[in-house]
Amino acid sequence: MTALAALIRRDVRVALRVGGGALIGVLFFLTVVVLMPFAVGPDLALLKKLGPAILWLGALLASLLTLDRLFMADLEDGSLDLILMSRTPLELACVAKALAHWLVAGLPLIVATPALGLLLNLDGAATGAVALTLLAGTPALTFTGMIGAALAVTLRRGGLLLAVLVLPLSIPVLIFGVAASQAAATGPLSFGTPFSILCALSLASLVIGPFAAAASLRQGLD
Amino acid sequence: MTLIELANPSRFLALASRVLPWLVAATVIVLAIGLYQSATAPDDYQQGATVKIMFIHVPNAWLSMFVWAVMSVSALGTLVWRHPLADVAQKAAAPIGAAFTFLALVTGSLWGRPMWGTYWEWDARLTSVLILFLMYLGLMALWRAVDDPSRAARAAAVLTLVGAINIPIIKFSVDWWNTLHQGESVFRMGGPTLDRAFLIPLMVMAVGFTLLFVTLHIAAMRNEILRRRIRSLQMLQAGKPRTAA
Repeated sequence: MTALAALIRRDVRVALRVGGGALIGVLFFLTVVVLMPFAVGPDLALLKKLGPAILWLGALLASLLTLDRLFMADLEDGSLDLILMSRTPLELACVAKALAHWLVAGLPLIVATPALGLLLNLDGAATGAVALTLLAGTPALTFTGMIGAALAVTLRRGGLLLAVLVLPLSIPVLIFGVAASQAAATGPLSFGTPFSILCALSLASLVIGPFAAAASLRQGLD
Repeated sequence: MTLIELANPSRFLALASRVLPWLVAATVIVLAIGLYQSATAPDDYQQGATVKIMFIHVPNAWLSMFVWAVMSVSALGTLVWRHPLADVAQKAAAPIGAAFTFLALVTGSLWGRPMWGTYWEWDARLTSVLILFLMYLGLMALWRAVDDPSRAARAAAVLTLVGAINIPIIKFSVDWWNTLHQGESVFRMGGPTLDRAFLIPLMVMAVGFTLLFVTLHIAAMRNEILRRRIRSLQMLQAGKPRTAA
């Protein structure tokens, strides 16, 4: 347990200290959201309608872009070999790494959501709903993205290939995240149903993601 | 003949060359019968002659999912049993599956034009088949991104199995998303159940297309084994010290 806590502490510390780490993701998120009005026009009513979708897409892309380096940096400095050889199960180490990544890359996005909601003319309830669904849904993005990151590190390729492999897997999270936010903001549908499914997706990816990532790392790095 | 005996590529090649002519003949005969029956099937009272697209479209759609199942079994063969031919089977199946999925999309789109008045509708089935097509292409990109076939095989196997778990989830969420956005499905067949006049040609065509897949798959596996042999011969040749010319 202490080993895992140490791994999380180290990853968080490295991310915070090296080159802006966590803030870069938020900055990217902000930039994507700022680009949207230029693409669809400064129509506040339209932006209000598209708001939850824009915020979700921005968060999806931001978390995907930062995932690229999840295992790559450890491979380069050799600590991935130590993790592979250590007595801690690799699956648990993957959970710890994903958790650390979510703390520095996912959580700041959620904190930034209310400010970005203002830019998109979302009212309090809608912004709260988006923040809540992001809180429930971004772990699923991290855990499925981790599979892609593990594949990328074993292939020593990243970038667009990772995105092409991971994005189709994140479609369910996107559907239910946006559906729950829209339901809370405008829709006649209940917020509970899509939100519970979103939580279920996060829990299921918590089970599948680490096993698939660990299998990929074990098979690929021998 | 067990699966273990087939692990020897030479034995597989010998078997393939014996089996393939029969498979080709069976495919041609069944597809010819199926096409004749489809051509002579009566027109639908609502859809007219366009209903005949179904005889091509439905077998393609069924194979688009069946091929992923074949790849998942091969992926288990790679990761669990380390069967030497499993990754060959998996690699050979991916482009064929992508082709069937693409044909299902194209024929569906051509069918949709006279029936729904549009080539593309964000219908639940169309959308999930499109996502399946994207996943096939991603898998093929993964195969091409890596030089070492055994490394690529294991990565592709992990991705195939993750896809096998995720495809039903994606299908379910797309269905849910679709009912949220449009009141009722546009997809309506001529009636609640398919008439026997349509069912029998459809079944024959499904069998014919499955035979076509098996034939193409075995031929593609044979080609892949030969391609790997040529590659290792080339490597050997390149590695040899040069003799005086």
